[in-house]
Amino acid sequence: MSNTKKTLVLHLGLLVVLFALQFVLPAYHHGNLARIMVLAAYAVGYNILFGYTGLLSLGHALFFAAGMYGMGLMINQFGAAPFPALIAGLLAGALVSLALGFLALRTEGVAFMIVTLMFAQAGYLTVLYFGTYTRGDEGFVIQQAERVLWCIDLSDPTNRYFAAFLIFGVSLLLTLRLVQTPFGRVLIAIRENEERARMLGYDVFAHKLAAVVLSGTISAMAGAGYGLLFGYVGASFASVQYSIFPLLWVLLGGAGTVLGPFVGTLFMFYLIDLSSGLTSAYMLIAGVVLVLLTLFAPQGLVGELRNRLWKELP
Amino acid sequence: MEFGPYLMLATLEGAVTAAVLALTAVGLSLVFGVMRVVNVAHGEFFMLGAVLAWWAAGLVGGHPALGFGLAILVVPILVGLIAVAADVTILKRIDYDPERTIVATIGILYIIQQLTLMTYGPEARPVEAPFNTRLALPWFEFADGRPQIYWPWGLSTTSYKLGVIGAAAAVLVGVWALMTHTRIGLLMRATQLDREMALAFGIPVERVYALVFGLGAGLAALAAVLIVPIQQAHYLMGGDPLLLSFIVVIIGGLGSLPGTVVAAILIGVSDGIISVFFSPTLAKILATLLVALVLVFRPQGLFGARRA
Repeated sequence: MSNTKKTLVLHLGLLVVLFALQFVLPAYHHGNLARIMVLAAYAVGYNILFGYTGLLSLGHALFFAAGMYGMGLMINQFGAAPFPALIAGLLAGALVSLALGFLALRTEGVAFMIVTLMFAQAGYLTVLYFGTYTRGDEGFVIQQAERVLWCIDLSDPTNRYFAAFLIFGVSLLLTLRLVQTPFGRVLIAIRENEERARMLGYDVFAHKLAAVVLSGTISAMAGAGYGLLFGYVGASFASVQYSIFPLLWVLLGGAGTVLGPFVGTLFMFYLIDLSSGLTSAYMLIAGVVLVLLTLFAPQGLVGELRNRLWKELP
Repeated sequence: MEFGPYLMLATLEGAVTAAVLALTAVGLSLVFGVMRVVNVAHGEFFMLGAVLAWWAAGLVGGHPALGFGLAILVVPILVGLIAVAADVTILKRIDYDPERTIVATIGILYIIQQLTLMTYGPEARPVEAPFNTRLALPWFEFADGRPQIYWPWGLSTTSYKLGVIGAAAAVLVGVWALMTHTRIGLLMRATQLDREMALAFGIPVERVYALVFGLGAGLAALAAVLIVPIQQAHYLMGGDPLLLSFIVVIIGGLGSLPGTVVAAILIGVSDGIISVFFSPTLAKILATLLVALVLVFRPQGLFGARRA
């Protein structure tokens, strides 16, 4: 079997297993996995920028929230149907990421991290400031009647699982394809050596901007999907914590691997889920895992697998 | 109250904020300047300072000044030692790589914050000020063409607030003297200028790094001990000082100590004035946007000189 075929089988295999799992999982884990898949799509979006382009953003909650609020406010304030609302969420994410990319990409390294952090913080405070519409920290609920997309009730667990599967599947296949296209190859080249990519005649700024927009739009898709599927939109999704989460998931799973974001999200979700029985300070686990990862496994789980067993894993 | 006295009150409140902010931000700036790393956990060292001050003040009975005195002597050193431990066990091992350090200090941030939540709890607790006399302040008014002094109702401050400003100024002078007039300051500046060359000249760079990291955290803790009689200790109190210190350090020029102090005074006083007249959330939004734009368009800071 050739390498391309092997990777295709592996990734499609994961999707088939995820699809099949919905028939066998008990209700609790069924609901969890739906959540994990949407959050993994967020991590996949983050990975395009961090893992493949080598730009560490600390402000992705801005995009996640742009999608979520773009969708939620359309339904809540303008009474839109779910589909146009989802499109509005995607557009909001694309526009916000275009604007942020345009400004933030003038900086690099540590300055890029701080600039993205600051813009996301300004976005979070803006959500709080317009509390009359966004309901601030308290957030708002999207009623069951407003969550019917083309006669499909998204609050029903089976439909919800399938919608989450669709969101994750689309983002996964998109990255898998991306890393094979010339565009994706240039992104990796920029990650490895930006100067050399520039010398070879590639427009580095344009490629980075495209990566920010792609990454931001996928994150916004996950945000809009999360709000619609689970019926709640709140300011906590715009906070710093939600910028740190995708970084944590991607680092844990393996930056610059297609499967890493899903593996990391799955692992972290259950780690926090299990530890919440022991202590309410569950972010302690996140902190310890972050430190341990930077110390011992900067490549992440899938990254280590690639180093040891399967060199050609994308 | 009229506008004039009101503005004076706001400026005084702002000066207290500025004093505490200057200490915290100089700590962050020192770490960035010498070690070239961004310490995201800096706000948590501030929080630890406040929480430990509450604990230390509770150890001694009698006059509140005794407990406070113990806190101000012991707590910054304790927090500094915790920071040194974090430096030696974590930051040193990742070789102070700028990006990995940020990720690691985010981890440290959550570890400190959540451990405090588990041990100290979610309550906000006060520490009693060592001295706290109310001082009424005069204001001038023109009556019959002559200036007259009067004491408007509500225009007052406390001796403790003035004490905070004085103590912060004294510590800042101390830091300046340490950096410019002592051998250890010389070693720090040499390491800041050129790490490789300093190493070649036999300067124990790793020990200098640990010391600077501890000193930076200690300054944040000291600022917190000073502010805790005015503002209660709480496990989430580290967020705002971190954000404001970032703002100050960036506006003042990364790694420049005089720039940091000037920016702290500017930001602290204007923050006091702005939040009296405008919504504090709006003020924060504008401040964060300003910082982001400064970093984008003037990365050397508003006061910093362009690096050659």
